[in-house]
Amino acid sequence: MLRRRLRRLFGGDEKRVGSRTICVGCRSSLTTEAFLQQAFCDNRIVSSKYTVWNFLPKNLFEQFRRIANFYFLIIFLVQVIVDTPTSPVTSGLPLFFVITVTAIKQGYEDWLRHKADNEVNKYLVTVVEDGQRVRKESEKIKVGDIVEVLEDETFPCDLILLQSSRDDDTCFVTTASLDGESNHKTHYTVPDTEKEVELLNATIECEQPQPDLYKFVGRMQIHKDSQDAMRSLGPENLLLKGATLKNTKKIYGVAVYTGMETKMALNYQGKSQKRSAVEKSINAFLIVYLFLLVGKALVCTTLKYVWQSRPGQDEPWYNPKTVKERESNLYLKMFTDFLSFMVLFNFIIPVSMYVTVEMQKFLGSFFITWDKDFFDTEIQEGALVNTSDLNEELGQVEYVFTDKTGTLTQNNMEFIECCIDGFQYKYRESQAELDGFSVTDGPIYKVQEKAGREMEDLFLRALCLCHTVQVKESQLAEVDGDQIDSVSGGQCGFIASSPDEVALVKGAMKYGFSFLGLECKNMKILNRDNDVEVYELLHVLNFDPVRRRMSVIVKSKTGETLLFCKGADSSMFPRVRSEEVDRIQVHVQRNAKEGYRTLCVAYKQLSTEEYVQVDASLREARLALEDREEKLAAAYNRVETGMTLIGATAVEDRLQEQAAETMEALQSAGMKVWVLTGDKMETAKSTCYASRLFQQGTELLELTVRTLEEGGRPREERLLQLLQEYRAKTQCHPVGKGVNHRSWSSAGQDYGLIVDGATLSLVLNASPETDSSRYKSLFLTICQSCTSVLCCRMAPLQKAQIVRMVKNSKGNPITLSVGDGANDVSMILEAHVGIGIKGKEGRQAVRNSDYAIPKLKHLKKLLLAHGHLYYVRIAHLVQYFFYKNLCFILPQFLYQFYCGYSQQPLYDAAYLTMYNICFTSMPILAYSLFEQHICIEILLDSPTLYRQTAKNALLRWGPFSYWTLLGIFHGLLFFFGAFFLFSNPALLPTGQVFGNWAFGTVVFTVLVFTVTLKLALDTRHWTWINHFVIWGSLSFYIVFSFFWGGIIWPFLEQQRLYFVFANMLSSVSAWLAIVLLILLSLLPEVLLLVLRRPRGPRVRQMRRRLPSSGTSAIFMLSQTSSSHSFSWSD
Amino acid sequence: MKSQQAANRPDNTAFTQQRLPAWQPMLSAHFVIPGFLLIGMAFIGIGVALYITSQNIQVLEKDYTGTGQYTACSECADMQTIPCICNVTFSLTTLFTGPVFLYYGLSNYYQNYRKYQVSRDDVQLWGDVTKSPGDACAPYQYIDNKPIAPCGSIANSMFNDTFSLYQIINGTMKLVPLDGKGIAWWTDYNIKFRNPSAQGSLQDAFNGTMKPVNWSKPAYELNPSDMNDNGFLNQDFLVWMRTAALPDFQKLYRRITSGDYALGLPPGDYVLQIEYNYAVKDFGRKKVVFSNVTWMGGKNEFLGVAYIVVGSLCLVMSVVMLVVYAKYKFADENA
Repeated sequence: MLRRRLRRLFGGDEKRVGSRTICVGCRSSLTTEAFLQQAFCDNRIVSSKYTVWNFLPKNLFEQFRRIANFYFLIIFLVQVIVDTPTSPVTSGLPLFFVITVTAIKQGYEDWLRHKADNEVNKYLVTVVEDGQRVRKESEKIKVGDIVEVLEDETFPCDLILLQSSRDDDTCFVTTASLDGESNHKTHYTVPDTEKEVELLNATIECEQPQPDLYKFVGRMQIHKDSQDAMRSLGPENLLLKGATLKNTKKIYGVAVYTGMETKMALNYQGKSQKRSAVEKSINAFLIVYLFLLVGKALVCTTLKYVWQSRPGQDEPWYNPKTVKERESNLYLKMFTDFLSFMVLFNFIIPVSMYVTVEMQKFLGSFFITWDKDFFDTEIQEGALVNTSDLNEELGQVEYVFTDKTGTLTQNNMEFIECCIDGFQYKYRESQAELDGFSVTDGPIYKVQEKAGREMEDLFLRALCLCHTVQVKESQLAEVDGDQIDSVSGGQCGFIASSPDEVALVKGAMKYGFSFLGLECKNMKILNRDNDVEVYELLHVLNFDPVRRRMSVIVKSKTGETLLFCKGADSSMFPRVRSEEVDRIQVHVQRNAKEGYRTLCVAYKQLSTEEYVQVDASLREARLALEDREEKLAAAYNRVETGMTLIGATAVEDRLQEQAAETMEALQSAGMKVWVLTGDKMETAKSTCYASRLFQQGTELLELTVRTLEEGGRPREERLLQLLQEYRAKTQCHPVGKGVNHRSWSSAGQDYGLIVDGATLSLVLNASPETDSSRYKSLFLTICQSCTSVLCCRMAPLQKAQIVRMVKNSKGNPITLSVGDGANDVSMILEAHVGIGIKGKEGRQAVRNSDYAIPKLKHLKKLLLAHGHLYYVRIAHLVQYFFYKNLCFILPQFLYQFYCGYSQQPLYDAAYLTMYNICFTSMPILAYSLFEQHICIEILLDSPTLYRQTAKNALLRWGPFSYWTLLGIFHGLLFFFGAFFLFSNPALLPTGQVFGNWAFGTVVFTVLVFTVTLKLALDTRHWTWINHFVIWGSLSFYIVFSFFWGGIIWPFLEQQRLYFVFANMLSSVSAWLAIVLLILLSLLPEVLLLVLRRPRGPRVRQMRRRLPSSGTSAIFMLSQTSSSHSFSWSD
Repeated sequence: MKSQQAANRPDNTAFTQQRLPAWQPMLSAHFVIPGFLLIGMAFIGIGVALYITSQNIQVLEKDYTGTGQYTACSECADMQTIPCICNVTFSLTTLFTGPVFLYYGLSNYYQNYRKYQVSRDDVQLWGDVTKSPGDACAPYQYIDNKPIAPCGSIANSMFNDTFSLYQIINGTMKLVPLDGKGIAWWTDYNIKFRNPSAQGSLQDAFNGTMKPVNWSKPAYELNPSDMNDNGFLNQDFLVWMRTAALPDFQKLYRRITSGDYALGLPPGDYVLQIEYNYAVKDFGRKKVVFSNVTWMGGKNEFLGVAYIVVGSLCLVMSVVMLVVYAKYKFADENA
């Protein structure tokens, strides 16, 4: 607490310090010295980045901040300034193209933002000024203005609700556009304000703007007849910009935060960019190639001056220098020569690679959106791709972190049973008992018994009262008219932020107690005897994840003041009498073991004096401006003591469909699945068993508070002891080390780890005296050798902490988080890939995710099929790009040795420019979009295939050097093949000779054909598009060459290629050489393909097998491993 | 609601579902081994044909730089007397089958030097001598502010040794007619190069331009014997302007196609009379080459050898694969 205060005082963000004072209505009479007008920003929302004037410079600056673009710009500038072998057009044109396209795209996006901003800013709102209603543009609202908002309008800024047209001083809003929760939320007016807002004379003191949507503290000072009244303001009084008014005719509110200071604007911050591992590989390769480039240029420059120093070479009579050349400085000449060589060889790092990679990612991601297997008929939605940058990362996942509730389970709660006073009650629909309320035999109470009727009623009343559920408005209206009948039909008439509460209320309904709704702070329930009971709601002690319970204080008609409390067993048991605990604990534990979510219900009767005290302390805490949460929590804790335990409930949360199959598939694909949940250990454990994350033979290692307290020694000592013990255990069977075998298929023991939040924080934040990093590394080694890890009792932040810990561990494994709720957002943002489930807990997870899918089962196809394919595609794309440019430029480099190091280009400028843009770009793009080296069904059938590409297997230095060597081999072959052919340039049957451009054209023809055919050899999946593009590119090259050489181009200075191509083709020798060189280049590839054949037999075998998800994974594995045995090469 | 359903649901087409019908080629041994065999045999066949053809090409080379180990034309090598005429004699014991092609060869001569290579003006060579020559032609752009035609280093350094061949029959020298037609590319002669057009003679067309510095005669007088072989369309000029790919190169000079020598050079003694004008001794050498030509062009053993080697490689590989395949075949089928 002290630290927080210090942070507030010394925090860097000075604007946030302190509070702001606002005079409501802002009449001139009030702006006395006491309220020096603070400068607040206006209500304009600016989400756009550019204006018309700064677009060009700012956008260009942004674009050239990218290393690659900057590099190309430098090359272009060098070409413009220095006399270089190739014209600036060759590199300027592609760069210009890329920059323009990007600028147009960004400009268009910004234009859309401008439009959206204008729509918001120019929206007409009604403002009350000096007692009159004035229509104003939304952007002109100032802090302190009183704004009128009608039904279904969105709030133009953050408002404090002053007056509502509803009788009960509430209004309903939906925050669907803010956090995606579409339920109606109730907000309250500031109590006891004037009925006429025009007459209100008040000041508001509130905290400075902060982005937390659910936090707000402030107070309002109402000046009435020279008397000041204080009212506390909380989030329930604050209407957020962007939310929509519902079910309320009109409200008045005073603006407190405007424009960029509204909570919506403060939350509108782009997610931090996630970079994929492939991009890191590209950058590493890029550096290698950059060194290669500089090396080549250096070698050539050095050799040039060595060569020139020999007599007769520097300036032969036939090639005199100009005066300028002769006079320029030697070192300057050397430098410009170096630059010229750089320019000549710069094609080795092509602009087009970036374009192609971007295009591949962008276009490729459509296949995820389009996949009809991801379409869920229930919610009528398919998958959603929020970023296309991470497609290939889906194929590299090593750790999967999954939330339990709503992700592994359906979050579709159903009331299963309850236990009242130690007796177990189970609802049976079939039983024709009058009230459907029956007692089943509890395991410890042999005799069928029932708890007392009073206890039953009390328990059910507690269920009916202790919640924050709302009855849907339409239902409410009906209830008003016809009080009793409408209830039976009201199946789905409840709205609540948590499905548990609805399940409980519905559960109570099954037993005869119906909640009718909340009206003017009166809760109405219909009891078993069809009587309406009315309770006055005095206080709601809201649920929070720290306390893990919530309470209500109500006053019954008879004048009794009751506190009902429900919460997790761990948070309830210390607060009730222990003998009650004993009776109920058995049930709770049994229910938890069966995978149900359990809650304990307790009550307490408050005497009048007690209540007065409680009321006072709560009000005081609510009024506090600073540290309100802490004070409130303390007050709550004081109230929620000494309660009587009535019973417990069990609510079932069913597993998602195919959750077990999905988890099994992920595990056999080599991923480690961690379950991170806020739920209690027993429940989570049973879910893990149900979803087959823990098998029967799995030995569970427990690191929980319970195991820590066993030894009776200080926790930290015990922790260290346990950690060491577990590590010793897991290390003697190094499960995690053997990548290629699943432990349980072999003799090795399988381990599962269970850790809870308290222990985890002990591990992660061990006190400084103890060696915290030691704990951490011990913990990590244990985790890594366990097949699944269950972390229960986690706070959202701890989830992110775990993800970060694994992410930064040795080897930097790729992590994936999947979750559906707002509590998963932190871990979704933290992991390399964040997956949101379009579940029931709002849309926050989906909005913050990289990919969103409707159901957990879709994760299997997303990773095993899409991810795997994307990775293979992009890895091949990257390697191929580097390869094809290496063998493109290598002949040009070699040619320097035979042209006096004069930077003479081997290829014509048109070929230099078109090579990457037209001749060889489309086939690889098509490949990288459509390739399926293994077809999707097989990928889904045998998850082990996923391991083939694990750990960035295709982009490691091994494959990279293979491709590089191949490029060098091809480049050498192309150049020296043509070189020996041209040892006698009389290649035409007429005895005529070929010149240098024919030489280059021979090399280039071989190059284009070899590079394209090499890709054709790699293509395993030839759709018509591949055929079209590969053969089309080759034909295009031929047609283009004829065309380019067939016309005297008026804009060209030199007609270098005039009829060169046609003449080349009239030489039989040239034909034969071209065919020979292409074949020779591809020969090793063909040989490798035939000799290696790793996929051949396996694929055939897979085809034979019927796709059946039901077959055991062991069977599947034994099959694949047997197919390993055949391989020609070994 | 229905329409919304349709809007949300992804299209179920083969394209969007990545289920386009596809051909999935498998390079199996059944296919590759016969393929390799066929290719190997075809290549060896072609290679042998190429090799034999190349072997049958007769080549006679005479280095006449006049320095070093070859003494021919040593009297002219110092370039003191211009023009200097020297003779290279040789005798043939067998018929040198015709048509015989006469090439000149230069070595260590960098026609592909970048600065040199761009030192020309294709617009001028297309017949526009009135325009100012391009800057690339420097330092052979202007003389006394008059444009040089043809401008640039390439044209300026045009090869200007001339050769005439005589057969010695009973002590008398019989001129062997050399044919200078058709030694340049057809497209160069007919389209890419044009003489400036003007009323009157070619000389008028070149009016106002200067001849290149090194040339003894202006462009329009290059070949006094044939009016159509002058200016930018002079065949020797065209051959020279097609810059060579490598520093050691040869260029076609003449063909022997007519008269008594249409079938070739009969056995006997010959004298090649050389007008020695071109200085190369500072950096390289020059030679004259007699050769006959076949369908594959001039003599080049590389292609034949390469084809035979690659063909044999294919054969060897197919045999190796066959052995490996036979050994593992059962394993494959039992798996």
